[in-house]
Amino acid sequence: MKKAWDETSEHLLRELAPQVLGSVARRFRDFSSAEDAVQEAMLAAYTQWPQEGVPENPRGWLIQVASRRMTDHVRSEISRRARETAVAVDAETIAPFNDMDSDMDPDDTLILLFMCCHPALTSSSAIALTLRAVGGLTTTEIANAFLVPEATMAQRISRAKQSIKASGVPFRLPSPQERVERLPAVLRVLYLIFNEAYASSIGARLQRLDLAREAIRLTRSAKALLPEDGEVAGLLALMLLTDARRAARTGPDEELIPLDKQDRTLWDGAEISEGVELLTAALSKGSVDLYQLQAAIAAVHDEAARSEDTDWPQILALYELLRRMSPSPMVTLNYAIAAAMVHGPSKGLELLKTLDADARLAGHYRLDAVRAHLLEMVGDYQSAIKHYRIAASRTTSIPERNYLMTQAACLAEKEVTRNCTADTQ
Amino acid sequence: MKYILMMNTMRVGHGVPEWPQKDLRAHIAFMMGLNKELRESGELVSAEGLSFPDQAKLVRAGKDGMPITDGVFPESKEFLAGYWIVDVDSPERAYAVAAKASSAPGPGGTPLNMPIEVRPIMSGPPPEIL
Repeated sequence: MKKAWDETSEHLLRELAPQVLGSVARRFRDFSSAEDAVQEAMLAAYTQWPQEGVPENPRGWLIQVASRRMTDHVRSEISRRARETAVAVDAETIAPFNDMDSDMDPDDTLILLFMCCHPALTSSSAIALTLRAVGGLTTTEIANAFLVPEATMAQRISRAKQSIKASGVPFRLPSPQERVERLPAVLRVLYLIFNEAYASSIGARLQRLDLAREAIRLTRSAKALLPEDGEVAGLLALMLLTDARRAARTGPDEELIPLDKQDRTLWDGAEISEGVELLTAALSKGSVDLYQLQAAIAAVHDEAARSEDTDWPQILALYELLRRMSPSPMVTLNYAIAAAMVHGPSKGLELLKTLDADARLAGHYRLDAVRAHLLEMVGDYQSAIKHYRIAASRTTSIPERNYLMTQAACLAEKEVTRNCTADTQ
Repeated sequence: MKYILMMNTMRVGHGVPEWPQKDLRAHIAFMMGLNKELRESGELVSAEGLSFPDQAKLVRAGKDGMPITDGVFPESKEFLAGYWIVDVDSPERAYAVAAKASSAPGPGGTPLNMPIEVRPIMSGPPPEIL
């Protein structure tokens, strides 16, 4: 009996994609062509299933369609080579096609994840390939999400596969030691996919595909495959605790609403409790890593029912820890904000001075934005306006620029009328 | 046919308009509305806002082919602030869209009437007529 196509079917298809790919890639020993074949099978499913219903054994259906494509591909390769060199091709190239499900291996998704996040790839190609091969998305969907032409995205994916081939990485699970070495690269790619959802321009956010959801889904499956890994848990917690605030983060005209002005009733309580639970479990295992620390900071914010209830001393302590574990000017910048909230804005401004000479942050809008904010807190509106405007001229995000310009305008009025509409809206 | 509509603005201070908040908000809302309208009419190909000139660099290849970057030149008074690419049925329609963008409200709600440069985008070869 076929099942009717509904909204869960698309989810099912995406979940099946890496399993099908793992199976086909192992049988044919050719990851690159198998990946293309699975993409074709996915596209076939997208056209046929909504009309004909979801097959009883959807995984088998996809494997069969992809394998047929592979066989066609191998045959044409054989005849091409035979024509060109008249050398017979080892019949072993194609492993026998026995039972459909016996070669299913839950580790396939993990193998694919490590493969697609191979350190030999640039971030943008790793992201694209991961979304297609592991995420089961179509090239069109990925291209739309990144606002690039489909041909460009297809090329990016095909070049990524060439790099993997050239790197000679075998289709198997990395050894425990390799795994430790390469996991950070995998997590970084997942983190970048998540970030892209926030960084994308206005046009991209109107697209159908929700990259934050996809990143969470992929990290969730990584967590399921590496249940004991604290770092994966920390990353998933960080994503959930950040994503929980999404609905409150922008207003009706896509304008940015800062944390202290967000309507906290719009925060997603389920995501917050899941994130906190994950984080608590991960932290109870002892060692603390960077994702867990960032998740912990997000959790402290999420747990405050009102902005004024925020436990800033705890956030300050967490940033202090982060600063010791991984010192960077960005961390110091955030540390300065927390310090300002605990010890007063002058303390924060003092800390910012140490960053002025830091070449890594020179000309970065965030430094001016934070300085403007702290100057506003001490009541030096003239200087705050100046720095809000410098920050606005330096950011490359339109909503952020609009926000910073409006802040400057708001303070300019406040100087005259002691009243600022941005505070009361 | 496709057209690019280039919006040039005058450089003031840091490039950030220093208008009252109400006017700033009205301007932003107008631009958001225009993009929405073009998307809904199916004419919008793409629209991008560009960063302010602070971020601009002039690049040339040196003798070794390596990039030589130059800073921005403060004497240039006008800069490209953003552009739309639209796919419309006639040049008149492209001009109408440009005029609408040009009339975006400025300080005090007065239309800015800023210059928008409209240029056709080159297309592929025309169909062969047999």
